[in-house]
Amino acid sequence: MSLIFAAAADVPFVPPLILIDIFLLSILVVVAVAIVRMRSLFGVVMLQGVYSLVSAAWFVTLDAVDVAFTEAAVGAGVSTVLMLSAMLLADRKSTPVPMRRQFGALAVVVLAGAAMLYAVGDMPAFGDVNSPANAYVGMDFMAKTAEEIKIPNVVTAVLGSYRGYDTFGEVVVIFSAGLGVLLLLGLNGNSGGWVARPNGQMLNDHSAPSAALSDSNVAEDPQAEDAQ
Amino acid sequence: MPDIFSHFNYVVVIVLMMTGLYTVFASRNLIKKLAGLSVFQTSVFLLYITIGKVTGGQPPILIKDKSYGVDDEGQALLDGVVQVAAGKDSYIIGGPGTDILYSNPLPHVLILTAIVVGVATLSIGLALTVRIREVYETIEEDEIEAADFVYNLEGTAD
Amino acid sequence: MSDPQNTSDNPLGRDPHVLLRVISKFLIPLIALFAFYVQFHGDYGPGGGFQAGVILAASVILYALVFGLAEAKRAFPPRLIRYGMTLGVLLYGGTGVVNFILGGEFLNYSTLASDAATGQHYGILAIELGVLTTVTTVMIAIFYAFGSRQPETSDEDW
Repeated sequence: MSLIFAAAADVPFVPPLILIDIFLLSILVVVAVAIVRMRSLFGVVMLQGVYSLVSAAWFVTLDAVDVAFTEAAVGAGVSTVLMLSAMLLADRKSTPVPMRRQFGALAVVVLAGAAMLYAVGDMPAFGDVNSPANAYVGMDFMAKTAEEIKIPNVVTAVLGSYRGYDTFGEVVVIFSAGLGVLLLLGLNGNSGGWVARPNGQMLNDHSAPSAALSDSNVAEDPQAEDAQ
Repeated sequence: MPDIFSHFNYVVVIVLMMTGLYTVFASRNLIKKLAGLSVFQTSVFLLYITIGKVTGGQPPILIKDKSYGVDDEGQALLDGVVQVAAGKDSYIIGGPGTDILYSNPLPHVLILTAIVVGVATLSIGLALTVRIREVYETIEEDEIEAADFVYNLEGTAD
Repeated sequence: MSDPQNTSDNPLGRDPHVLLRVISKFLIPLIALFAFYVQFHGDYGPGGGFQAGVILAASVILYALVFGLAEAKRAFPPRLIRYGMTLGVLLYGGTGVVNFILGGEFLNYSTLASDAATGQHYGILAIELGVLTTVTTVMIAIFYAFGSRQPETSDEDW
Protein backbone atom coordinates (compact mmCIF):
# COMPACT_ATOMS: atom_id res chain seq x y z
CA MET A 1 0.00 0.00 0.00
CA SER A 2 2.53 2.55 1.14
CA LEU A 3 4.75 1.73 -1.82
CA ILE A 4 2.01 2.62 -4.28
CA PHE A 5 1.26 5.92 -2.63
CA ALA A 6 4.91 6.84 -2.32
CA ALA A 7 5.45 6.17 -6.03
CA ALA A 8 2.41 8.25 -6.90
CA ALA A 9 3.68 11.17 -4.89
CA ASP A 10 7.12 11.19 -6.52
CA VAL A 11 6.38 10.63 -10.21
CA PRO A 12 3.85 12.78 -12.05
CA PHE A 13 2.69 9.84 -14.17
CA VAL A 14 2.14 6.22 -13.30
CA PRO A 15 3.43 4.30 -16.35
CA PRO A 16 1.03 1.30 -16.05
CA LEU A 17 -1.92 3.70 -16.18
CA ILE A 18 -0.57 5.21 -19.40
CA LEU A 19 -0.14 1.74 -20.92
CA ILE A 20 -3.73 0.72 -20.09
CA ASP A 21 -4.81 4.09 -21.45
CA ILE A 22 -3.12 3.57 -24.80
CA PHE A 23 -4.39 0.00 -25.03
CA LEU A 24 -8.05 0.82 -24.34
CA LEU A 25 -8.04 3.99 -26.43
CA SER A 26 -6.66 2.14 -29.44
CA ILE A 27 -9.43 -0.47 -29.10
CA LEU A 28 -11.94 2.38 -29.02
CA VAL A 29 -10.48 3.94 -32.17
CA VAL A 30 -10.56 0.61 -34.02
CA VAL A 31 -14.18 -0.03 -32.99
CA ALA A 32 -15.25 3.50 -33.95
CA VAL A 33 -13.65 3.19 -37.40
CA ALA A 34 -15.29 -0.22 -37.84
CA ILE A 35 -18.68 1.32 -37.05
CA VAL A 36 -18.17 3.91 -39.80
CA ARG A 37 -17.23 1.28 -42.38
CA MET A 38 -19.72 -1.46 -41.48
CA ARG A 39 -22.89 -1.86 -43.51
CA SER A 40 -24.62 -4.65 -41.63
CA LEU A 41 -26.81 -2.93 -39.05
CA PHE A 42 -26.55 -5.91 -36.71
CA GLY A 43 -22.78 -5.43 -36.69
CA VAL A 44 -23.12 -1.68 -36.14
CA VAL A 45 -25.41 -2.18 -33.15
CA MET A 46 -23.21 -4.85 -31.56
CA LEU A 47 -20.07 -2.75 -32.10
CA GLN A 48 -21.79 0.18 -30.46
CA GLY A 49 -22.33 -2.08 -27.42
CA VAL A 50 -18.65 -3.07 -27.51
CA TYR A 51 -17.69 0.60 -27.66
CA SER A 52 -19.74 1.30 -24.54
CA LEU A 53 -18.27 -1.68 -22.70
CA VAL A 54 -14.67 -0.73 -23.50
CA SER A 55 -15.30 2.85 -22.43
CA ALA A 56 -16.76 1.49 -19.19
CA ALA A 57 -13.47 -0.34 -18.62
CA TRP A 58 -11.63 2.89 -19.29
CA PHE A 59 -13.81 4.76 -16.78
CA VAL A 60 -12.67 2.30 -14.10
CA THR A 61 -9.03 3.15 -14.76
CA LEU A 62 -9.95 6.84 -14.47
CA ASP A 63 -11.50 6.25 -10.99
CA ALA A 64 -15.05 6.90 -12.17
CA VAL A 65 -16.53 3.70 -10.75
CA ASP A 66 -20.11 4.94 -10.63
CA VAL A 67 -19.97 6.12 -14.22
CA ALA A 68 -18.41 2.84 -15.33
CA PHE A 69 -21.18 0.90 -13.59
CA THR A 70 -23.87 2.98 -15.29
CA GLU A 71 -22.21 2.85 -18.69
CA ALA A 72 -21.87 -0.93 -18.52
CA ALA A 73 -25.49 -1.39 -17.46
CA VAL A 74 -27.09 1.27 -19.65
CA GLY A 75 -24.81 1.75 -22.63
CA ALA A 76 -23.72 -1.81 -23.18
CA GLY A 77 -26.82 -3.55 -21.82
CA VAL A 78 -30.14 -1.81 -22.24
CA SER A 79 -29.42 0.45 -25.20
CA THR A 80 -27.98 -2.47 -27.20
CA VAL A 81 -31.14 -4.49 -26.54
CA LEU A 82 -33.32 -1.52 -27.52
CA MET A 83 -31.35 -0.89 -30.72
CA LEU A 84 -31.56 -4.58 -31.62
CA SER A 85 -35.30 -4.67 -31.15
CA ALA A 86 -35.72 -1.47 -33.15
CA MET A 87 -33.47 -2.85 -35.86
CA LEU A 88 -35.63 -5.98 -36.10
CA LEU A 89 -38.57 -3.69 -36.88
CA ALA A 90 -36.58 -1.68 -39.41
CA ASP A 91 -33.80 -2.94 -41.66
CA ARG A 92 -30.86 -5.34 -41.60
CA LYS A 93 -28.54 -3.57 -44.03
CA SER A 94 -27.71 0.01 -44.84
CA THR A 95 -27.18 1.07 -48.44
CA PRO A 96 -23.72 2.46 -49.18
CA VAL A 97 -23.43 6.21 -49.61
CA PRO A 98 -21.61 7.35 -52.77
CA MET A 99 -18.22 8.96 -52.16
CA ARG A 100 -19.12 12.35 -53.61
CA ARG A 101 -21.89 12.76 -51.02
CA GLN A 102 -19.48 12.19 -48.14
CA PHE A 103 -17.12 15.07 -48.88
CA GLY A 104 -19.36 17.66 -47.22
CA ALA A 105 -19.57 15.66 -44.01
CA LEU A 106 -15.83 14.97 -44.12
CA ALA A 107 -15.03 18.67 -44.54
CA VAL A 108 -17.23 19.69 -41.60
CA VAL A 109 -15.78 16.98 -39.36
CA VAL A 110 -12.16 17.78 -40.25
CA LEU A 111 -12.76 21.48 -39.67
CA ALA A 112 -14.45 20.93 -36.31
CA GLY A 113 -11.76 18.44 -35.27
CA ALA A 114 -8.96 20.84 -36.24
CA ALA A 115 -10.58 23.62 -34.21
CA MET A 116 -10.82 21.36 -31.17
CA LEU A 117 -7.25 20.08 -31.59
CA TYR A 118 -6.09 23.71 -31.73
CA ALA A 119 -7.74 24.25 -28.34
CA VAL A 120 -6.19 21.14 -26.76
CA GLY A 121 -3.05 23.05 -25.76
CA ASP A 122 -5.08 25.10 -23.30
CA MET A 123 -6.50 22.04 -21.54
CA PRO A 124 -5.03 21.07 -18.15
CA ALA A 125 -2.47 18.26 -18.23
CA PHE A 126 -3.89 14.79 -17.68
CA GLY A 127 -4.11 14.01 -13.97
CA ASP A 128 -3.18 17.51 -12.79
CA VAL A 129 -4.27 17.97 -9.15
CA ASN A 130 -4.13 21.75 -9.32
CA SER A 131 -6.05 22.26 -12.56
CA PRO A 132 -9.01 24.65 -12.22
CA ALA A 133 -11.48 21.81 -12.79
CA ASN A 134 -10.07 19.77 -9.92
CA ALA A 135 -9.15 22.50 -7.48
CA TYR A 136 -12.29 24.32 -6.39
CA VAL A 137 -15.89 23.18 -6.37
CA GLY A 138 -15.35 19.45 -6.90
CA MET A 139 -13.03 19.16 -3.96
CA ASP A 140 -15.26 21.39 -1.85
CA PHE A 141 -18.03 18.83 -2.32
CA MET A 142 -15.64 16.24 -0.89
CA ALA A 143 -15.01 18.17 2.34
CA LYS A 144 -18.65 19.24 2.71
CA THR A 145 -19.93 15.69 2.25
CA ALA A 146 -17.71 14.44 5.07
CA GLU A 147 -19.09 17.15 7.35
CA GLU A 148 -22.73 17.55 6.34
CA ILE A 149 -24.01 14.33 4.82
CA LYS A 150 -21.62 11.76 6.23
CA ILE A 151 -22.03 9.08 3.59
CA PRO A 152 -18.84 7.75 2.04
CA ASN A 153 -19.88 7.77 -1.61
CA VAL A 154 -19.46 11.41 -2.60
CA VAL A 155 -21.01 10.84 -6.02
CA THR A 156 -24.28 9.65 -4.48
CA ALA A 157 -24.25 12.55 -2.01
CA VAL A 158 -23.72 15.17 -4.72
CA LEU A 159 -26.22 13.50 -7.03
CA GLY A 160 -28.94 13.17 -4.43
CA SER A 161 -28.48 16.18 -2.22
CA TYR A 162 -26.31 19.00 -3.56
CA ARG A 163 -27.55 18.59 -7.12
CA GLY A 164 -31.00 17.27 -6.19
CA TYR A 165 -32.81 19.64 -8.57
CA ASP A 166 -30.71 18.37 -11.45
CA THR A 167 -31.50 14.75 -10.66
CA PHE A 168 -35.19 15.57 -10.26
CA GLY A 169 -35.18 17.11 -13.72
CA GLU A 170 -33.48 14.03 -15.04
CA VAL A 171 -36.09 11.69 -13.56
CA VAL A 172 -38.72 13.84 -15.26
CA VAL A 173 -36.78 13.54 -18.55
CA ILE A 174 -36.79 9.74 -18.26
CA PHE A 175 -40.49 9.80 -17.42
CA SER A 176 -41.18 11.94 -20.48
CA ALA A 177 -39.09 9.66 -22.68
CA GLY A 178 -41.10 6.66 -21.50
CA LEU A 179 -44.30 8.59 -22.13
CA GLY A 180 -43.11 9.56 -25.62
CA VAL A 181 -42.28 5.98 -26.57
CA LEU A 182 -45.64 4.79 -25.25
CA LEU A 183 -47.42 7.48 -27.27
CA LEU A 184 -45.47 6.60 -30.43
CA LEU A 185 -45.62 2.82 -30.21
CA GLY A 186 -48.16 1.92 -27.52
CA LEU A 187 -47.52 -0.26 -24.51
CA ASN A 188 -48.85 -3.31 -26.30
CA GLY A 189 -47.55 -2.21 -29.68
CA ASN A 190 -51.01 -1.09 -30.76
CA SER A 191 -50.60 2.65 -31.23
CA GLY A 192 -50.54 3.78 -34.84
CA GLY A 193 -53.55 5.16 -36.70
CA TRP A 194 -52.54 8.61 -37.78
CA VAL A 195 -53.77 11.48 -39.93
CA ALA A 196 -51.77 14.45 -41.23
CA ARG A 197 -52.66 17.41 -43.42
CA PRO A 198 -49.51 18.71 -45.15
CA ASN A 199 -50.32 21.48 -47.67
CA GLY A 200 -54.01 20.81 -47.37
CA GLN A 201 -53.61 17.20 -48.50
CA MET A 202 -55.29 14.62 -46.30
CA LEU A 203 -52.91 11.76 -45.46
CA ASN A 204 -53.40 8.73 -43.25
CA ASP A 205 -51.84 5.29 -43.00
CA HIS A 206 -53.83 4.09 -46.00
CA SER A 207 -52.76 6.91 -48.29
CA ALA A 208 -49.22 7.20 -46.94
CA PRO A 209 -46.24 7.87 -49.24
CA SER A 210 -45.35 4.20 -48.81
CA ALA A 211 -48.44 3.30 -50.77
CA ALA A 212 -46.68 4.72 -53.80
CA LEU A 213 -43.61 2.60 -53.10
CA SER A 214 -45.26 -0.77 -52.64
CA ASP A 215 -48.54 -2.35 -53.61
CA SER A 216 -48.52 -4.94 -50.85
CA ASN A 217 -49.83 -2.32 -48.44
CA VAL A 218 -53.41 -2.64 -49.60
CA ALA A 219 -53.43 -6.38 -49.18
CA GLU A 220 -52.01 -6.20 -45.66
CA ASP A 221 -54.28 -3.52 -44.30
CA PRO A 222 -57.34 -5.59 -43.31
CA GLN A 223 -55.15 -7.91 -41.23
CA ALA A 224 -53.48 -4.94 -39.57
CA GLU A 225 -56.89 -3.58 -38.59
CA ASP A 226 -57.85 -6.93 -37.07
CA ALA A 227 -54.66 -7.13 -35.05
CA GLN A 228 -55.45 -3.86 -33.37
CA MET B 1 7.71 10.67 -18.00
CA PRO B 2 7.80 12.73 -21.21
CA ASP B 3 5.28 15.47 -21.67
CA ILE B 4 3.69 13.90 -24.74
CA PHE B 5 1.22 11.97 -22.62
CA SER B 6 -0.15 14.97 -20.76
CA HIS B 7 -2.50 15.79 -23.64
CA PHE B 8 -2.59 12.41 -25.37
CA ASN B 9 -6.05 11.51 -24.05
CA TYR B 10 -7.66 14.69 -25.31
CA VAL B 11 -6.32 14.17 -28.83
CA VAL B 12 -7.60 10.57 -29.06
CA VAL B 13 -10.96 11.50 -27.56
CA ILE B 14 -11.38 14.30 -30.11
CA VAL B 15 -10.62 11.83 -32.91
CA LEU B 16 -13.28 9.48 -31.47
CA MET B 17 -15.77 12.31 -31.18
CA MET B 18 -15.24 13.30 -34.80
CA THR B 19 -15.63 9.68 -35.90
CA GLY B 20 -19.03 9.55 -34.22
CA LEU B 21 -20.01 12.91 -35.69
CA TYR B 22 -18.93 11.74 -39.16
CA THR B 23 -21.20 8.68 -38.82
CA VAL B 24 -24.09 10.98 -37.97
CA PHE B 25 -23.44 13.26 -40.94
CA ALA B 26 -22.37 10.85 -43.63
CA SER B 27 -24.60 7.81 -43.24
CA ARG B 28 -28.08 7.93 -44.67
CA ASN B 29 -29.47 5.09 -42.58
CA LEU B 30 -31.39 6.26 -39.53
CA ILE B 31 -30.34 3.37 -37.26
CA LYS B 32 -26.69 3.84 -38.19
CA LYS B 33 -27.06 7.56 -37.55
CA LEU B 34 -28.34 6.79 -34.05
CA ALA B 35 -25.44 4.39 -33.42
CA GLY B 36 -23.05 7.16 -34.51
CA LEU B 37 -24.81 9.60 -32.20
CA SER B 38 -24.32 7.13 -29.38
CA VAL B 39 -20.59 6.85 -30.13
CA PHE B 40 -20.33 10.65 -30.22
CA GLN B 41 -22.09 10.86 -26.89
CA THR B 42 -19.88 8.25 -25.23
CA SER B 43 -16.80 10.12 -26.48
CA VAL B 44 -18.02 13.30 -24.81
CA PHE B 45 -18.32 11.30 -21.59
CA LEU B 46 -14.71 10.19 -22.04
CA LEU B 47 -13.61 13.82 -22.37
CA TYR B 48 -15.32 14.87 -19.15
CA ILE B 49 -14.05 11.93 -17.11
CA THR B 50 -10.50 12.50 -18.34
CA ILE B 51 -10.57 16.02 -16.94
CA GLY B 52 -11.66 14.78 -13.51
CA LYS B 53 -8.83 12.26 -13.13
CA VAL B 54 -6.13 13.02 -10.57
CA THR B 55 -2.82 11.22 -10.88
CA GLY B 56 -2.35 8.83 -8.00
CA GLY B 57 -5.95 9.39 -6.99
CA GLN B 58 -8.60 6.89 -6.07
CA PRO B 59 -12.36 6.71 -6.60
CA PRO B 60 -14.26 9.45 -4.74
CA ILE B 61 -15.54 7.17 -1.99
CA LEU B 62 -14.41 8.57 1.34
CA ILE B 63 -12.24 6.37 3.54
CA LYS B 64 -13.28 6.05 7.17
CA ASP B 65 -10.71 7.50 9.53
CA LYS B 66 -10.76 4.61 11.97
CA SER B 67 -10.12 1.68 9.68
CA TYR B 68 -7.54 3.29 7.45
CA GLY B 69 -3.95 4.35 7.88
CA VAL B 70 -3.19 1.89 10.68
CA ASP B 71 -3.20 -1.90 10.68
CA ASP B 72 -4.67 -4.10 13.40
CA GLU B 73 -1.71 -3.64 15.73
CA GLY B 74 -1.92 0.13 15.49
CA GLN B 75 1.15 0.42 13.25
CA ALA B 76 0.99 3.27 10.77
CA LEU B 77 0.77 2.13 7.15
CA LEU B 78 1.35 5.54 5.61
CA ASP B 79 4.24 7.93 5.70
CA GLY B 80 3.59 11.61 6.09
CA VAL B 81 0.64 13.70 7.20
CA VAL B 82 -2.97 12.67 6.70
CA GLN B 83 -5.62 15.37 6.82
CA VAL B 84 -8.69 14.36 8.79
CA ALA B 85 -12.15 15.92 8.94
CA ALA B 86 -13.16 17.20 12.34
CA GLY B 87 -15.77 15.59 14.57
CA LYS B 88 -16.80 12.04 15.32
CA ASP B 89 -17.51 9.55 12.55
CA SER B 90 -14.94 11.33 10.47
CA TYR B 91 -13.61 10.57 6.99
CA ILE B 92 -10.22 11.20 5.49
CA ILE B 93 -10.56 14.07 3.05
CA GLY B 94 -7.04 14.11 1.68
CA GLY B 95 -5.89 16.57 -0.92
CA PRO B 96 -2.69 17.87 -2.53
CA GLY B 97 0.30 17.40 -0.28
CA THR B 98 -1.14 14.45 1.60
CA ASP B 99 -0.91 10.73 0.99
CA ILE B 100 -4.52 10.31 -0.04
CA LEU B 101 -5.96 11.82 -3.20
CA TYR B 102 -9.45 11.38 -4.57
CA SER B 103 -10.44 12.05 -8.14
CA ASN B 104 -12.87 14.87 -8.79
CA PRO B 105 -16.47 13.65 -8.18
CA LEU B 106 -18.22 16.49 -10.00
CA PRO B 107 -17.64 15.30 -13.61
CA HIS B 108 -18.78 11.84 -12.50
CA VAL B 109 -22.10 13.21 -11.28
CA LEU B 110 -22.65 15.23 -14.45
CA ILE B 111 -21.89 12.28 -16.71
CA LEU B 112 -23.93 9.84 -14.63
CA THR B 113 -27.03 11.90 -15.34
CA ALA B 114 -26.03 12.37 -18.99
CA ILE B 115 -25.76 8.61 -19.60
CA VAL B 116 -29.30 7.89 -18.45
CA VAL B 117 -30.72 10.86 -20.34
CA GLY B 118 -28.79 9.56 -23.36
CA VAL B 119 -30.58 6.23 -23.33
CA ALA B 120 -33.92 8.04 -22.93
CA THR B 121 -33.34 10.19 -26.00
CA LEU B 122 -31.99 7.18 -27.90
CA SER B 123 -35.20 5.26 -27.24
CA ILE B 124 -37.30 8.17 -28.49
CA GLY B 125 -35.19 8.29 -31.65
CA LEU B 126 -35.60 4.55 -32.17
CA ALA B 127 -39.36 4.78 -31.68
CA LEU B 128 -39.52 7.53 -34.31
CA THR B 129 -37.41 5.39 -36.64
CA VAL B 130 -39.79 2.46 -36.21
CA ARG B 131 -42.78 4.65 -37.02
CA ILE B 132 -41.00 6.14 -40.06
CA ARG B 133 -40.27 2.63 -41.27
CA GLU B 134 -43.92 1.64 -40.88
CA VAL B 135 -45.14 4.60 -42.91
CA TYR B 136 -42.39 4.91 -45.53
CA GLU B 137 -41.27 1.25 -45.62
CA THR B 138 -37.63 2.39 -45.53
CA ILE B 139 -35.21 4.03 -43.15
CA GLU B 140 -32.87 5.39 -45.81
CA GLU B 141 -33.05 9.18 -45.90
CA ASP B 142 -32.78 9.42 -49.68
CA GLU B 143 -35.77 7.16 -50.23
CA ILE B 144 -37.78 9.01 -47.60
CA GLU B 145 -37.04 12.28 -49.37
CA ALA B 146 -38.03 10.73 -52.69
CA ALA B 147 -41.33 9.57 -51.22
CA ASP B 148 -41.91 13.02 -49.76
CA PHE B 149 -41.27 14.56 -53.18
CA VAL B 150 -43.95 12.37 -54.76
CA TYR B 151 -46.46 13.81 -52.34
CA ASN B 152 -44.97 17.32 -52.40
CA LEU B 153 -44.78 17.36 -48.60
CA GLU B 154 -42.33 20.23 -48.63
CA GLY B 155 -44.69 22.43 -50.61
CA THR B 156 -42.09 23.68 -53.09
CA ALA B 157 -43.35 22.30 -56.40
CA ASP B 158 -46.32 24.61 -56.75
CA MET C 1 -30.81 -38.08 -28.91
CA SER C 2 -33.57 -37.52 -31.45
CA ASP C 3 -37.08 -38.65 -30.79
CA PRO C 4 -38.48 -40.29 -33.93
CA GLN C 5 -42.04 -39.20 -33.14
CA ASN C 6 -41.22 -35.52 -33.04
CA THR C 7 -38.76 -35.12 -35.91
CA SER C 8 -41.37 -33.49 -38.13
CA ASP C 9 -41.62 -30.22 -36.23
CA ASN C 10 -38.25 -30.18 -34.49
CA PRO C 11 -35.14 -32.04 -35.57
CA LEU C 12 -33.86 -32.34 -31.99
CA GLY C 13 -37.18 -33.62 -30.76
CA ARG C 14 -37.19 -31.28 -27.79
CA ASP C 15 -37.01 -27.65 -26.81
CA PRO C 16 -33.75 -26.38 -28.34
CA HIS C 17 -33.38 -23.66 -25.72
CA VAL C 18 -33.62 -25.87 -22.64
CA LEU C 19 -30.10 -25.02 -21.46
CA LEU C 20 -30.76 -21.30 -21.85
CA ARG C 21 -34.03 -21.57 -19.95
CA VAL C 22 -32.59 -23.55 -17.05
CA ILE C 23 -29.60 -21.26 -16.59
CA SER C 24 -31.60 -18.05 -16.86
CA LYS C 25 -34.16 -19.38 -14.38
CA PHE C 26 -31.27 -19.68 -11.95
CA LEU C 27 -29.77 -16.29 -12.87
CA ILE C 28 -32.81 -14.01 -12.97
CA PRO C 29 -33.49 -13.98 -9.19
CA LEU C 30 -29.81 -13.34 -8.57
CA ILE C 31 -29.82 -10.39 -10.99
CA ALA C 32 -32.86 -8.91 -9.24
CA LEU C 33 -31.24 -9.44 -5.84
CA PHE C 34 -28.05 -7.76 -7.08
CA ALA C 35 -30.15 -4.79 -8.21
CA PHE C 36 -31.43 -4.31 -4.67
CA TYR C 37 -27.92 -4.65 -3.26
CA VAL C 38 -26.76 -1.92 -5.65
CA GLN C 39 -29.71 0.23 -4.64
CA PHE C 40 -29.26 0.07 -0.89
CA HIS C 41 -25.48 -0.10 -0.84
CA GLY C 42 -25.28 2.95 -3.09
CA ASP C 43 -24.45 5.22 -0.15
CA TYR C 44 -21.36 3.21 0.72
CA GLY C 45 -20.02 1.99 -2.59
CA PRO C 46 -20.60 2.53 -6.28
CA GLY C 47 -24.25 2.29 -7.17
CA GLY C 48 -27.54 4.07 -6.77
CA GLY C 49 -31.03 4.31 -8.12
CA PHE C 50 -30.14 4.61 -11.81
CA GLN C 51 -27.88 1.58 -11.92
CA ALA C 52 -30.22 -0.51 -9.76
CA GLY C 53 -33.21 0.43 -11.88
CA VAL C 54 -31.50 -0.56 -15.09
CA ILE C 55 -30.31 -3.88 -13.61
CA LEU C 56 -33.78 -4.68 -12.27
CA ALA C 57 -35.25 -3.89 -15.68
CA ALA C 58 -32.58 -6.08 -17.27
CA SER C 59 -33.78 -9.06 -15.23
CA VAL C 60 -37.31 -8.62 -16.61
CA ILE C 61 -35.94 -8.08 -20.13
CA LEU C 62 -33.89 -11.29 -19.85
CA TYR C 63 -37.02 -13.13 -18.74
CA ALA C 64 -38.89 -11.76 -21.75
CA LEU C 65 -36.08 -12.69 -24.14
CA VAL C 66 -35.85 -16.29 -22.91
CA PHE C 67 -39.46 -17.15 -22.04
CA GLY C 68 -41.32 -14.88 -24.45
CA LEU C 69 -43.02 -11.54 -24.09
CA ALA C 70 -46.43 -12.99 -23.13
CA GLU C 71 -44.92 -14.78 -20.14
CA ALA C 72 -43.05 -11.64 -19.10
CA LYS C 73 -46.25 -9.61 -19.28
CA ARG C 74 -47.88 -12.12 -16.95
CA ALA C 75 -44.98 -11.81 -14.49
CA PHE C 76 -44.75 -8.01 -14.70
CA PRO C 77 -48.15 -6.73 -15.92
CA PRO C 78 -48.11 -3.62 -18.15
CA ARG C 79 -50.69 -2.15 -15.78
CA LEU C 80 -47.93 -1.76 -13.16
CA ILE C 81 -45.87 0.31 -15.57
CA ARG C 82 -48.28 3.23 -15.63
CA TYR C 83 -48.38 3.37 -11.85
CA GLY C 84 -44.64 2.83 -11.40
CA MET C 85 -43.55 5.56 -13.83
CA THR C 86 -45.73 8.16 -12.10
CA LEU C 87 -45.13 6.95 -8.58
CA GLY C 88 -41.36 7.33 -8.86
CA VAL C 89 -41.54 10.94 -10.02
CA LEU C 90 -44.14 11.71 -7.37
CA LEU C 91 -42.00 10.11 -4.64
CA TYR C 92 -39.05 12.27 -5.64
CA GLY C 93 -41.12 15.45 -5.86
CA GLY C 94 -43.07 14.48 -2.75
CA THR C 95 -39.88 14.28 -0.72
CA GLY C 96 -39.20 17.87 -1.69
CA VAL C 97 -42.72 18.92 -0.75
CA VAL C 98 -42.39 17.21 2.65
CA ASN C 99 -39.23 19.26 3.22
CA PHE C 100 -41.29 22.32 2.38
CA ILE C 101 -43.93 21.42 4.93
CA LEU C 102 -41.33 20.69 7.60
CA GLY C 103 -39.94 24.17 7.19
CA GLY C 104 -36.91 23.70 4.92
CA GLU C 105 -36.23 24.48 1.28
CA PHE C 106 -37.43 22.25 -1.54
CA LEU C 107 -35.24 19.08 -1.51
CA ASN C 108 -33.33 20.15 1.61
CA TYR C 109 -33.45 16.84 3.44
CA SER C 110 -31.94 18.14 6.69
CA THR C 111 -35.44 18.72 8.03
CA LEU C 112 -36.41 15.05 7.82
CA ALA C 113 -34.80 14.14 11.14
CA SER C 114 -33.64 15.96 14.25
CA ASP C 115 -30.03 15.45 13.19
CA ALA C 116 -29.19 17.11 9.86
CA ALA C 117 -26.89 14.32 8.65
CA THR C 118 -29.47 11.63 9.47
CA GLY C 119 -32.10 13.67 7.66
CA GLN C 120 -29.88 13.83 4.58
CA HIS C 121 -29.46 10.08 4.80
CA TYR C 122 -33.24 9.47 4.86
CA GLY C 123 -33.80 11.96 2.07
CA ILE C 124 -31.25 10.33 -0.21
CA LEU C 125 -32.78 6.91 0.48
CA ALA C 126 -36.25 8.23 -0.42
CA ILE C 127 -35.27 9.91 -3.66
CA GLU C 128 -33.14 6.95 -4.74
CA LEU C 129 -36.23 4.78 -4.28
CA GLY C 130 -38.16 7.16 -6.52
CA VAL C 131 -35.40 7.02 -9.14
CA LEU C 132 -35.37 3.21 -8.95
CA THR C 133 -39.14 2.97 -9.53
CA THR C 134 -39.18 5.35 -12.48
CA VAL C 135 -36.08 3.99 -14.21
CA THR C 136 -37.16 0.34 -13.84
CA THR C 137 -40.66 0.85 -15.15
CA VAL C 138 -39.65 3.18 -17.99
CA MET C 139 -36.98 0.76 -19.23
CA ILE C 140 -39.44 -2.14 -19.10
CA ALA C 141 -42.10 0.01 -20.79
CA ILE C 142 -39.76 0.90 -23.64
CA PHE C 143 -38.81 -2.75 -24.09
CA TYR C 144 -42.47 -3.85 -24.04
CA ALA C 145 -43.35 -1.17 -26.58
CA PHE C 146 -40.65 -2.28 -29.02
CA GLY C 147 -41.12 -5.98 -28.34
CA SER C 148 -44.89 -5.99 -28.75
CA ARG C 149 -44.64 -4.47 -32.21
CA GLN C 150 -42.36 -7.27 -33.32
CA PRO C 151 -43.52 -9.80 -35.86
CA GLU C 152 -42.68 -13.28 -34.56
CA THR C 153 -39.03 -14.02 -35.37
CA SER C 154 -37.87 -17.52 -36.08
CA ASP C 155 -34.47 -19.03 -35.26
CA GLU C 156 -33.53 -19.04 -38.94
CA ASP C 157 -34.03 -15.29 -39.16
CA TRP C 158 -30.41 -14.62 -38.28
